[in-house]
Amino acid sequence: MNYSKRHWSLILGMLAALLLVSGCKKKTTAPPPPPPTPAPTANLSANPNSIQRGQSATLTWSTENATDVALDGNKVDPSGSQTVSPTETTTYHLTAKGAGGTQEATAQITVAAPTPTPTPVATPTPTVTDDQLFAQNITDVYFDYDKADLRPDGQQMLARAAQMIKQKGWRVQIEGNCDERGSTEYNLALGERRADSAKQALIQGGVSADSIKTISYGKEKPQCTESNEDCWQKNRRDHFTLLH
Amino acid sequence: MHRVKTTVFALSLLTLTFFAYTPRATAQGTVKLEINMGQERPRIAVPDFKTATGDPQTAPLDQVFNQTLWNDLDNAGIFDMVAKSFYPAQQPGQPTELNAKNWSDPPPNAGVVTFGNVGVNSGKVDVQGWLYDVKNPGAPQILGKQYREDATPDNARLIAHRFADEIISRLGGGINGIAESQIYFVSTRSGTKEIWSMDYDGANQKQVTKLGSLALSPRISPDGSRLAFSGLTKESWQIMMFSMDLGRTVAFPRFSGDNFSPAWSSDGTKIAFSSSMHSGLSEIFIADASGANARRLSTGKGDVSPVFNPKTNGQIAWVSGRTGLPQIYVMDADGSNVQKMTDQGYAVSPAWSPNGLLLAFSWVRKYGPGILGGEDIYLMDIASRQIVQLTHDGGRNDFPSWSPDGRHIVFQSNRSGTEQIWSVLADGTHLQQLTRQGRNSQPNWSFK
Repeated sequence: MNYSKRHWSLILGMLAALLLVSGCKKKTTAPPPPPPTPAPTANLSANPNSIQRGQSATLTWSTENATDVALDGNKVDPSGSQTVSPTETTTYHLTAKGAGGTQEATAQITVAAPTPTPTPVATPTPTVTDDQLFAQNITDVYFDYDKADLRPDGQQMLARAAQMIKQKGWRVQIEGNCDERGSTEYNLALGERRADSAKQALIQGGVSADSIKTISYGKEKPQCTESNEDCWQKNRRDHFTLLH
Repeated sequence: MHRVKTTVFALSLLTLTFFAYTPRATAQGTVKLEINMGQERPRIAVPDFKTATGDPQTAPLDQVFNQTLWNDLDNAGIFDMVAKSFYPAQQPGQPTELNAKNWSDPPPNAGVVTFGNVGVNSGKVDVQGWLYDVKNPGAPQILGKQYREDATPDNARLIAHRFADEIISRLGGGINGIAESQIYFVSTRSGTKEIWSMDYDGANQKQVTKLGSLALSPRISPDGSRLAFSGLTKESWQIMMFSMDLGRTVAFPRFSGDNFSPAWSSDGTKIAFSSSMHSGLSEIFIADASGANARRLSTGKGDVSPVFNPKTNGQIAWVSGRTGLPQIYVMDADGSNVQKMTDQGYAVSPAWSPNGLLLAFSWVRKYGPGILGGEDIYLMDIASRQIVQLTHDGGRNDFPSWSPDGRHIVFQSNRSGTEQIWSVLADGTHLQQLTRQGRNSQPNWSFK
C-alpha cells in the first residue's frame, strides 16, 4: 500500500462527498470504496469427522492474508494439519488474524461411545457418570438397634433405586454392617440379614435376583469408630456398590 | 502375693457352691464345680531347681525353668502351693540332698516335693527332676525324669511345661496337664486381623496367617495339624484351612454366600459352620473335614457359632436370632431335637466343656437400647440348666474356650481398656491377662 495513492483517493472521496451533499440532500451517498487491504481467509476440516472413542482424526487448515493463526487458542502455522483423539464430540476453532481483520473457521468431530457388549444382561462398561449417578441415588439405608427390618425411608429409597437399577441394567453389591456392640460372629449373621432385607426390597421392585450380590461385614468395617449412638447409627447400615 | 492367692483359691474350693440363676424359673439353685474331680488337693512344695554347672547360660535358663514350672503347677488349679517362705534352708538338687522330714513337718507341711537341677553342657541344657511323696518315707519317689534340649530359653520353658504335665498327670486324677497346649486368637498387631498362636500361659506369641484382609474365628483341629478360620476374600467370607505342618493355607472348598465360624468335631472327622449359601441368611451346616458333603442342619435367621459336644459329637450348640435377640440353642448333630437353652438377654459364643456337661457362653442378661448391662462369661450345667456367673469384673467378656483339662477358660475382655485375652480357672479364680500388644480377640484353646 502506498501513501500517495491512498492520499489521493481520500481527497477525491471527500470532494465527491462535498459535491453530493451540497447538490442533493435527499439522495443516498454512494458506498465508500472497500479498503484496499484484503481480509484473511480461513479453512478448517476434519477427516474423518466422526470417530469412536479411542480413535483419532486429522484436522487440516489453510489461511490467507493472516499474520496470526491459532487453533483453539494455540498458535499454529498459517496452514498445516494435526492429529487429534477427542474423547467426546468436540468443535475445533481456527482463528486467522491479519491487518484486514479476523476470520474464523470451525470443524466438528463427533465421538461415539464404543459399541456395547452384545449380551443385553451383561454389564455395560460403566462410565464415571454411572458411578456418580449410582452414588447420588443409591444411598445407604439405616437400621434400628439389633434389627434387620427396613425403615419406611429405606423402603422408599429402595423402591426408587429398583427403578434405576432396572433401567440401567446395573449389578449391585449390598454390604450389611453393624455397630460395634454385640459379638463378632453374631454381627456377621445380623449384617447378612440386613443385606438380605434390602435385596428382597429390590427384588420386590422388579430387580432380578441375579444382579444382586450380598455380603456381610459384621462390625469389621465401621464407617465411624466412636462409642456413641450417633456413630453406632451410622454403622448400622446397608451400603451399596456398583459392580463393574 | 502367691500366699494371698493360694489362700483365696483354697477357700473358694472348700466352699465351692455358687448361687445360680435358672432362666426358666426364678428359683435359685446351686452348682458345684469340681475343679479337682473329687481328689484331695495335694500340698506341693516347689523349691527352685539347683544350678548344676558353671556355664554362664545356666543361671538364666534355671530362672526361666523355675518360673515356668511354678506357674504351670500353680495354674493347674489342683494343688495347694506351699509358699516359698516356709521352705527349709537347704535346697535339694538330688534325692540324696532331700531331707523328707524337713518338708513334711510344719511349717511347710508338704505332701509332695518336686526338686532337681539344671545344667548346661556343650550348648545343651540338661534337667533332672524328681517328684517325692515326703509322707511316705518307705517308697517316696513318684517320678524321676531327665531332659536334654538345645540351650535356649524357649527350651527351658518347654522342659518345664513337660515336667509340669508329668506331675499333673500323676497327681491330677488322671487328667493330663495343659502346659504344652496352645491358644489361637485374632490379633490386630500386624495391621489387619490375623490369626496368632501362643503358649497357654501367654508366652511365645507368633503370627500364623498372613491373609492381608480379615481373618476371624480360629479353630484348631483336634490333632493340632490344621487350623480352620473365617477369611474374607474379594468376594465373600470363606472357611479357610491353614496347615500347621506345611505353614501355609491349604485347599478347602469355597461355597456361595458368606461362610464363617467353623467348628471341629472332637474326632476330627466333621466341620460345622455358618453359611448363607442356601437362603442368603446364615444357617448351620455340617460337612466332612475335607469340606465335602456339606448339608444344612438349621433353618434360622442368623444362625452362627456352632460347637460340638466334644464328649459325644452327637450334639451341636449354636446361636440363633430366630426369636429376636441371639440365644443359645442345642440340637442333635442331624438337626433334630432343637432345644432353646437361654431365653432372655443377649446370649452368644457357646463353648462346650470337654466332659460334655457344661456350656460356657457370653451373656448380657438384660439387654436393650439404653441398657448397657455387663457382658460376662457364664457356665450352664446342661442337664439342670443351672447357671453360674464366671466373670464379674466389668467390661465386655466374650468368646470363652475351654482348656483341654476342662479346668480353665480363656476368653476375650476389654476390662483393661482394650480387647485382650484373659484366662481364668473354671471356679472363677486365678484370673490372668495373657496378651497386651494390639487388640486381641476370639481365643481358641487347643484340644490337647
